[in-house]
Amino acid sequence: MTSKIAPVILILLTFFYLGLFLVLPLAAIFVEAFRKGFAVYLNSFNDEYAWSAIRLTLLTAGIAVPLNVIFGVVAAWCITKFEFWGKNILITLIDLPFAVSPVIAGLVFVLIFGRQTFFGEWLLAHNIKIIFATPGLVLATIFVTFPFVVRELIPLMQEQGVLEEEAAVMLGAGGWDIFWRVTFPNIKWGLLYGVILCNARAMGEFGAVSVVSGHIRGETNTIPLYIQTVYDGYAAGASAFAMATLLAALALITLIIKSIIEWKEKRRER
Amino acid sequence: MSVEVRNITKKFGSFVALENINLTAPDGDLVALLGPSGSGKTTLLRIIAGLESFESVSGADILFRGVSVVGDRLSERRVGFVFQHYALFRRHTVYGNIAFGLKVRRGKERLSSRAIRERVMKLIHLVQLDGLELRYPDQLSGGQRQRVALARALAIEPQFLLLDEPFGALDSRVRQNLRRWLRRMHDEIKLTSIFVTHDQEEALELADRIVVMNKGRVEQEGTPTEVFHNPKNEFVMDFLGNVNLFHGRIESGRVFLEQSGIIANVDDRKRFFVRPHEIELVPDNIDNAGLPAKIKRVQLAGAIVKVELTSIENNEIFVEMSHEKYAVHKFQNGDSVFVVPKNSIVFPEDYSI
Repeated sequence: MTSKIAPVILILLTFFYLGLFLVLPLAAIFVEAFRKGFAVYLNSFNDEYAWSAIRLTLLTAGIAVPLNVIFGVVAAWCITKFEFWGKNILITLIDLPFAVSPVIAGLVFVLIFGRQTFFGEWLLAHNIKIIFATPGLVLATIFVTFPFVVRELIPLMQEQGVLEEEAAVMLGAGGWDIFWRVTFPNIKWGLLYGVILCNARAMGEFGAVSVVSGHIRGETNTIPLYIQTVYDGYAAGASAFAMATLLAALALITLIIKSIIEWKEKRRER
Repeated sequence: MSVEVRNITKKFGSFVALENINLTAPDGDLVALLGPSGSGKTTLLRIIAGLESFESVSGADILFRGVSVVGDRLSERRVGFVFQHYALFRRHTVYGNIAFGLKVRRGKERLSSRAIRERVMKLIHLVQLDGLELRYPDQLSGGQRQRVALARALAIEPQFLLLDEPFGALDSRVRQNLRRWLRRMHDEIKLTSIFVTHDQEEALELADRIVVMNKGRVEQEGTPTEVFHNPKNEFVMDFLGNVNLFHGRIESGRVFLEQSGIIANVDDRKRFFVRPHEIELVPDNIDNAGLPAKIKRVQLAGAIVKVELTSIENNEIFVEMSHEKYAVHKFQNGDSVFVVPKNSIVFPEDYSI
């Protein structure tokens, strides 16, 4: 009898916990956003700065995600298919962004490219702005989202080994054919999974971006920074929550895509 | 096309996987690399394929039809390779797997898609997979996968074929069928082939030549008859089939097996190796040539009768005989008999199993 009650209690407890800490806050965002009606909600987007933040977020993610995808695939390919000196150092370095606080990550870029440094002086002399400008945001975002794709691919490619690639070589295939005909089809779902996680983080990143941004309205505010500025500032309330629904929606879409990928993978394996 | 391996040594760190290997696979032959696991046979196969490097000592070379291929790119070698676990492309169909080598060709060598289709369908027919061309590897049985791997290797019209434990992952029934089928196919297309195996029966049944390997060295090379009947040393004798070991001495051309109580002069003591089918069991010790033993088990099920005995010194002795021969005495468990070797081989004493 106890063996039947215990699981039920544990399951209920889990649902309660998830509801309290995950679902409730998410619901609160939507409730707050729509509290004054749909018209007010829509009106929140009728703001030049809001649109500028959305554009900047899309631009930043649009640069950071493809770069990390290319790097991620190349790095995972090297690490899993070849033996070379310094491989373990590389694997450890890849995890660095997960280990470092995002604020520190942002600060590092300020220290490298800021005015006081040698680099900064050179950049200033050539009229190139990195810190408190879009390039800084992109750099910080790349740093923070760096491990997502590689981390997703390495275990997958390790498990698959190099036999299929060796078979392809013996059949006369060159590197290009081997990648596109053998390796890529084997990793495409894992890769897509890594991409959406990378994207979700790239669009939602706050800490590192906050340090390098300078919070210049209409120029260096991404969606998360805009939300904070608005919430702290003059037009608190609905407007901040309205923008927050965008990020929340992004999270939900990410989860849905992730579930679809997992479902497809499972179906294929059957 | 003949394949020649000269002075090949391979080390993994301080471990010597292959030590100065020399061997030749004559044109059109089916050659077996036979040895226990860890003997270096797969490493040798991969070196011949070009998948593995070797130590660049002077004279180290690999030649196809007398021409060195060491500097060649892998894709130019045109070697058909069948991997142990097939390594089929899991995201490609049977058709896609077999067509792969043709689809990745570039430039002049490229075939039209119709020519590719024709050749692939011909191969699918050759390996008896008609109707399965749209299946994926995980929808095939082990034997079918094996044949896809073979067809895929043959599609590029290789100069020769290398097979790594081609039947290792199959159950014994499928293995036997596929073995015979491979032998027939080899007789038809006469493609020089080298295959790796640890199964002596497989090597004896399938190969034109057998290369027996142990601990990174070639112990013996020859036809199945040669290596089976004239083994060069104890290892080859032992590896190519069951064998009984007796101690004894030779006196005026006669073999006297040692038994407890009779201690021979140590210098004369020799080791006699006798195959189970070359032993006779008799109820009486005529001529004093036999060794007393007790019957432990008689296995009647099968084409031959297998008898297990223990000697007075408590060593196990295996004997095989025909049912006709068994019918003469009809020994039962527990019977005391005498073991008389009809044919034995003595090796120089510098080697032990």
